[in-house]
Amino acid sequence: MTLTQSDIDTEVNDLQNAYDKAVAGGAPVQHHPPRDYAPYRSSVLRHPKQPLVAVNGGDPETVELSGPVFGPTDITEIDNDLTVQHQGEPLGERITVSGRLLDRDGRPVRGQLIELWQANASGRYAHLRDQHPAPLDPNFTGVGRTLTDDQGRYFFRTIKPGAYPWRNHTNAWRPAHIHFSLFGSAFTQRLVTQMYFPNDPLFPYDPILRSVTDESARGRLVAQYNHDLSQPEFSLGYEWDIVLDGPSATWIEEGR
Amino acid sequence: MPEQLLPTPSHTVGPFYGYALPFPEGGQVAPKGHPDQITLHGHVLDGEGDPIPDALLEFWQAAPDGSLKGAPGSMRRDPVTGGYLGRNGTDFTGFGRVATDADGHYALHTLPPGNAGPPYISVCVFARGLLHHLYTRAYLADGPQGADPLLDSLPPERRATLVAQPGERRTYRFDIRLQGEGETVFLEFQ
Ligand SMILES: [Fe+3]
Repeated sequence: MTLTQSDIDTEVNDLQNAYDKAVAGGAPVQHHPPRDYAPYRSSVLRHPKQPLVAVNGGDPETVELSGPVFGPTDITEIDNDLTVQHQGEPLGERITVSGRLLDRDGRPVRGQLIELWQANASGRYAHLRDQHPAPLDPNFTGVGRTLTDDQGRYFFRTIKPGAYPWRNHTNAWRPAHIHFSLFGSAFTQRLVTQMYFPNDPLFPYDPILRSVTDESARGRLVAQYNHDLSQPEFSLGYEWDIVLDGPSATWIEEGR
Repeated sequence: MPEQLLPTPSHTVGPFYGYALPFPEGGQVAPKGHPDQITLHGHVLDGEGDPIPDALLEFWQAAPDGSLKGAPGSMRRDPVTGGYLGRNGTDFTGFGRVATDADGHYALHTLPPGNAGPPYISVCVFARGLLHHLYTRAYLADGPQGADPLLDSLPPERRATLVAQPGERRTYRFDIRLQGEGETVFLEFQ
């Protein structure tokens, strides 16, 4: 049986209402999506049913309280400019995306690797399995990397990705988004997520975005348009700060 | 206590990370030809026991001497071509990244971890369909034993899911079951 958008909407809204009611009744706010979220069909067989086992990070020798490090040898100079990686200019609306990578205490994560990947302006990935019949762009691959600076800042130049259809249900479309991969000072702070663009009309229909049932948490996935970041006669600017969750060894050293 | 910022929510890695995140020799953490090399390998399976061909695993571990400092250079790049140079053969970065193949199989070539207590490799699992990554640990069954707060807290059948069993040629078998019968123990750090 094929699921329609309205079937999915019903499931999404039921889960939204259940969450809102639970929080109103005193349940804790959930900053991350539940792994068991049926409207995103691929999650059904891919989430554990047993509760996670708590590891108390009080022991600084816990391996996960430290994490991988990267350096200038791990990137090339043009990795953060997705518009110059081929001979010609990619098609689409040129944008700059910038922000800070922080931990929950607001401290910058310095010199750490940020990776991103995205569809082209037509909504197609440079991936063999993406058979969406939108054109590939010979001048755009859609992969970027950078290291954060001493203030935890990052900067990418790219083009705005297009929305694309997928097969979760009939007429399923993903809002335009950029995939991000982030490392903190500890492996526990690892994060893979997606950045969205403000006021996308597809937001209400997307079970992946809606899997983050907390409305304010969802809002933290949406970049802000920043006119001061826009470069005259060149690109539009978006600002997006990223805050990593999870304990780290530096957190313990400082006795917090 | 300073005011806490609210975290950025997790999202699935999706199906199309394959041209962005994996890199050549991502699973070759041991310097090539190192006599102490071990191989951790296995399948990633879903709730029906079917292999997951689009999972991405990351590994983090102590160096053989116990150091948790790591080192840059896991994905060393060639500034001339933009391609990958491979690791430099001297530094142990402690970090590996491997996508499962079409059979849901992965293999990590590394050196035995030298962390305090029973040795283990920390594993982070990403996959299409997984909205928030999962952590687990692969403990080497034939490494130095001793007290371990996590292993000691688990009943035997759950504990067994965290133990990588030695096979021939310094291999260790470590399957990851995301759901159902024999479901792997996944961790939450507090
Ligand atoms: Fe995507």
